[in-house]
Amino acid sequence: MVEIVEPIATKPASRFRFLLDQRSVLGAVLVTPAILYVLLLVGVPFLLALYYSVSAYTIYDPSWRFVGLANFRQIIHNPAFLETLGNTFLFTFASQLLGLILGKFGALLLLRPFPGRKLVRAIIILPWAVPIALASVAWEWMFDSLYSVINWTMIALGIIDRSQAPNWLGNPHLAMLCVIVVNAWRFFPFAIVIFLAGITAVPQDIIDAATVDGAGFWRRNYQIIMPMILPIVAIGLIFGIVFTFTDLSVVYLLTNGGPIGATSVLGFQGFQVGIVSGDVSHGAAISLFMLPVLFVVVIAMLRFIRRREI
Amino acid sequence: MKRAIANTLREVSFYGAVAFFVVLTAFPFYWMLITSLKSNPDLYNVTNIPFWFNEAPTLEHFEYLFEQTQFARWLLNSLIIGLCVVVITLLAALPAGYSLARMTGRTGEALGIGIFLTYLVPPTLLFLPLSRIVASLGLQNSMWSLVLVYPTFTIPFCTWLLMGFFKAMPVEIEEAAIVDGCSLFGAFVRMVLPLSLPAILTAVIFTFTLTLQEFVYALTFISSSAQKPITLGVATDLVRGDIFFWGEIMAGALIASIPVAIAYNLFLDRFISGITGGAVK
Repeated sequence: MVEIVEPIATKPASRFRFLLDQRSVLGAVLVTPAILYVLLLVGVPFLLALYYSVSAYTIYDPSWRFVGLANFRQIIHNPAFLETLGNTFLFTFASQLLGLILGKFGALLLLRPFPGRKLVRAIIILPWAVPIALASVAWEWMFDSLYSVINWTMIALGIIDRSQAPNWLGNPHLAMLCVIVVNAWRFFPFAIVIFLAGITAVPQDIIDAATVDGAGFWRRNYQIIMPMILPIVAIGLIFGIVFTFTDLSVVYLLTNGGPIGATSVLGFQGFQVGIVSGDVSHGAAISLFMLPVLFVVVIAMLRFIRRREI
Repeated sequence: MKRAIANTLREVSFYGAVAFFVVLTAFPFYWMLITSLKSNPDLYNVTNIPFWFNEAPTLEHFEYLFEQTQFARWLLNSLIIGLCVVVITLLAALPAGYSLARMTGRTGEALGIGIFLTYLVPPTLLFLPLSRIVASLGLQNSMWSLVLVYPTFTIPFCTWLLMGFFKAMPVEIEEAAIVDGCSLFGAFVRMVLPLSLPAILTAVIFTFTLTLQEFVYALTFISSSAQKPITLGVATDLVRGDIFFWGEIMAGALIASIPVAIAYNLFLDRFISGITGGAVK
């Protein structure tokens, strides 16, 4: 079917048309919806959270009465909260460290071409791609007190006896270990991908030059490649820290903060107090303890983004 | 001879290490698969070897999932939420990304970084005020609350992703269109958008997977079973009292995981360059 292109009718130019043909005006118009959305649903809630934390607001008594820093004072004097704070740092630090080590090691393996590398890479990405809530449930089943496949294997191999099989999620220390391992398991594929992206971007001639100058494997790795990929690794690490430090789902699904608060972290505690118990003001105050760490992280992020541009 | 032995040793340890990583990452998913296909007597018998079928595999868990639970409803909910969020995100992020890349100069650069940083504001900081906002809009316990809230992280992410893409696009294309009589906006709609289809597709895929992966907001806002998205439904709704329906849970987790896993593998490189802001050139 042949269509005849209609001659472009000269529309009566609208009065404001000329405005939209100015770069700065059109630019502002195009960016406004996104900025508005973010301001209204991130900026406003953030200010609200700040206010809740210094008010007496609860679901049952939604008053805006100002109580100053009383909420924070009560929280700090609660030993359970201090444990939560410590747990959060331990959880973040340990899982990121473990994730980075596994990531660096895995990236070194995947750098070498071998048959089936593409498939191996595709499999290794899985923990990071699959929704963490679903993977956590699978781990919960693997850590089951009675039907744990890990225990079964250890018993079958004769490492332990059935009577002394560990109750992974029921023992405070083991439970902490479990949430750390699951979180590291979830993040190390991301670390691998970040390392790989960084390493493959290092120009080969620099590496060759170093080799000619007599640099061995370790020296090339830690004195040439590592400094060069530091900015990108730092950005990846920042993401890891932010998402781990503020995480709720792994702990919620795997241990529900227990046993007796041994794996309670800030995000989880804020959820328990603010949503489950309905004490919005204390919940908001607990969540706000994340802010200092987030600030440090954001400043670091800005520095690395700048450095990239130079 | 000595050298050959050393070589073999090195190869063996290399492939051993690769195998370690593959088992570490894939085992939980293998475990989902095998659990979802085992019959209950096989599943709950500690004397059986758990790694393989001791009785004939069965699809009863999948049948139960689709017939006796709201699983199909959750799938549909997730699809609706995902599609709506994709539309909202594209409407906001496409023009914003273009504007920040081309039209706003130095302020645009700073604004772009600012928008991206909001992606780092965690749900666990905002869920309390947002739950009150959602409640005051009458959306509590409704999946539409998620449609409203999810763009708060998909818009920043996609704006950043698309901004990088538009920056890499040659300016001459639009200049030619403008010389030929297009308005500025016309050049964006008629020339730039059609040429950006790969980037738009990436944004669509990642928006969709981000909505599937989200858990915290869904957990906070929604408690009635019929309104849950699939991730929340599978993780929290298949427990009756104290009894976990492991076969069904694993079957549901498997079904929900597969599309995300495929999408990630196809679009991984773009995701990385998006998240690192083009630090890799």
